[in-house]
Amino acid sequence: MTESEPTLRLEGIVKTFPGVRALDGVSFEVRAGEVHALLGENGAGKSTLMKVLAGMYQPDAGQIVVSGRPVVMRNPIEAKHNGVILIHQELSLAEEMSVAENIFLGELPRRRWGFVDWKSLHERVATILDKLNCDFGPRTRIDTLSIAKKQMVEIARALTHQARIVVFDEPTASLTDQEKVVLFDIIRDLQRDGVGIVYISHRMEEIFTISNRISVLRDGTHRGTLETAETDEDEVTRLMIGRSLSYERNREAPDVGDVALAVEGLSCGRLFDDIGFELRAGEVLGFYGLVGAGRTELAETLFGLRRPTAGRIVLGGSEARIDSSVEAIRQGISLVPESRKEQGLVLSMNCRDNMTLPQIDDLTAGPFVSNGGEIAIYDMYRDQLDIKAPSWRQLVQFLSGGNQQKIVIGKWLAMKPRVLIVDEPTRGIDVGSKAEIHNLLRELARSGYAVMVISSEMPEVLHVSDRIIAMYQGRITRQFTAAEVNEDNLVQAISGIGPGSGGKARPIGAQAA
Amino acid sequence: MASTTSPDRIKDLTTVLARQGILIAFILFMIGFGLVSDRFLTPENLMTVVRQSAIIGVMAIGVTVVVLSGNLDLSVGSMLSFATVLVVDLHDKLGAAPAIGVMLVATLCIGAINGFLVGFLRLNSLIVTLGMLSAIQGVTLIYSGGKNVDIADQETTWFAIFGRGEVLGMATPIVIFLGLAAIMHLVIAYTPYGRRIYAVGGNPTAAVFSGIRRNRVVFSTYLVSAFCVGIAAIILGSRVMGSQNNVGQGYELLVLSAVILGGTSLLGGSGTIWKTVIGVLILGFIQNGLLLLGFPYFAQWIVTWIVIILAVWLDVAAKRGRLFSPIA
Repeated sequence: MTESEPTLRLEGIVKTFPGVRALDGVSFEVRAGEVHALLGENGAGKSTLMKVLAGMYQPDAGQIVVSGRPVVMRNPIEAKHNGVILIHQELSLAEEMSVAENIFLGELPRRRWGFVDWKSLHERVATILDKLNCDFGPRTRIDTLSIAKKQMVEIARALTHQARIVVFDEPTASLTDQEKVVLFDIIRDLQRDGVGIVYISHRMEEIFTISNRISVLRDGTHRGTLETAETDEDEVTRLMIGRSLSYERNREAPDVGDVALAVEGLSCGRLFDDIGFELRAGEVLGFYGLVGAGRTELAETLFGLRRPTAGRIVLGGSEARIDSSVEAIRQGISLVPESRKEQGLVLSMNCRDNMTLPQIDDLTAGPFVSNGGEIAIYDMYRDQLDIKAPSWRQLVQFLSGGNQQKIVIGKWLAMKPRVLIVDEPTRGIDVGSKAEIHNLLRELARSGYAVMVISSEMPEVLHVSDRIIAMYQGRITRQFTAAEVNEDNLVQAISGIGPGSGGKARPIGAQAA
Repeated sequence: MASTTSPDRIKDLTTVLARQGILIAFILFMIGFGLVSDRFLTPENLMTVVRQSAIIGVMAIGVTVVVLSGNLDLSVGSMLSFATVLVVDLHDKLGAAPAIGVMLVATLCIGAINGFLVGFLRLNSLIVTLGMLSAIQGVTLIYSGGKNVDIADQETTWFAIFGRGEVLGMATPIVIFLGLAAIMHLVIAYTPYGRRIYAVGGNPTAAVFSGIRRNRVVFSTYLVSAFCVGIAAIILGSRVMGSQNNVGQGYELLVLSAVILGGTSLLGGSGTIWKTVIGVLILGFIQNGLLLLGFPYFAQWIVTWIVIILAVWLDVAAKRGRLFSPIA
């Protein structure tokens, strides 16, 4: 091995699936001790590339060179033996086993007669957990841990092997800010040990914090590698989507109409308490807060999926009793849920059937579903939302995240709702589609919809909202107009610092901007 | 991006083969048996097989609906015993029409219990219907006292039409089976109700988030299944003109085999009625073909198992694009 040889080199990797050329001659390299960020829109080929690297897919052409030696990795075990470890976006832990068992799954230390050597197992795991600053022990059961802590277990698992390359796939998607700091410390430790890191993320600020170099993929091809220190978000974005994007704060003066939804003193057990606000037609009301602040639970209550323990919901001037999603839909409330694949879509159904699902009973010709009626609705929202699918027959599981989200949004726009609630509108969606969805939300408000947006991303909330409600531990701490809000006072409001957080939440009415 | 290179065409062809695999297997199978036995492909033989498959077929239609919604119904076999004993026994006591009415109501009640437990209490369908299987056996034995029942006046009753008669020149069981299959196919493939079943089976959470009353949909599938068992009991009772408490024993597995052969996913959300019909016919023709070739009756059980394993394996292999399971 020569000194200049990179730890990992990919040469002209090609991978095709029926009808799609997912990777078209991708080459890039990772040096020892470097964090190499891999960027690209959904569908650009990142995941496919990583699966090739982890031995889950075999490339049709090209080769993988690890430390100067060409390798063939037919499965993830061989990849592991070559020192390539993938930390998945979706965690793969045995929920009912302990932390220690998960970390050494498949290679538990043995005593004579094949019994597990628990003492040595727990000692070794304790050392690793210490190194990672984890506040749980080797005997903790996985299902008692938060998602962030589970991620730590995944990382701990990687550390037990002689890792030469560690691939992080969207590692911070569900981490809090403090946990993110810990993760970055760990990454820097690995870096110091000479491990090459591939870091996949959609979040620009992270990539600029942690990476040394950035490679961009688009449409299955490698568009370039940049030194992080010598580039900026704009240049990276242009490489990714072929045009420039900017996140601006919303400065539009909303043209608000009547109160579409008023909530008074709404409470639901320990999830949220004494929530009051008004939402008018023609405005976007942003809900910002940390994960667990009760925003999703509030949305689910308004959509009839949870029973409130106190309070009133007033829709279009009269009090509404919403005890099921069926009733919510009948009353004109639509919810684009937080989790697209689990709650938003039936993945085994096609695009059209997913989109028309909530109104299928009304789309009939005689006893049968009206084929023409369904296609008309699908075509209309496909055009309006610019959904890219080969045809309505395509199963939604084969669409990119952005297009899937557009199907869910289309499905609810087609209901012509009085109130549209959108929970995490762009989670796991690439930058290009993100901007499209943001513009769409603004457009919906302009055309008279009352829109409630729940988001954990500050730029997003600032970009789309006319007013913002900050929540902290189930209570409203503060309400802002677009003119008042800034990053500082918003952060204070959602972390329980500043006015309104110590005492009771104030009932807050709409104030015309 | 439209692409017309030949590898893509070959891949398209394999996709078609994978999707219509069961139909292709069926045709190959028929040709194969036809070549080795000259009696196999005669119209009389084919009609006989379809007629004999009608009872399994009618039940399989109902079970397909349950499986599409993501659940199982293993109680159909003992429900068939119960329903047949009931309708035959009541025939002489109440007359044919009231006997059919009472039997259908009783069968639907059993379906409603299954549906309530699985749909509204959200209990595991395997446990619920497996328990129901033995509970109904108990009910049937108590009702009949373990004795055989039969219809006294077998020559004149119009009840004979269902199992022994003909409609439009075709044996009634065939007409009922194919007619019911056609109706249920329309219902499942083209009505809002059918769409709701696919949604609940495909992703129950997303179905609820789309305003579908999941509990009711699941409940209703057990009513459909019970109704189909009722129809099957009419055919069986009418053909035999008698019954005993174990006539339906083992039917649940035959029925489920037919559904699986038809390619309906046991996880729910994918499958069709007409492919279940093909599955039923394959089962029937295996049995018939083997008998014509001189195999002992019980050989069909072994062969059926092999065919099911092959069918499921090829189906899975087609979906993942390779015969053997990848390591991860």
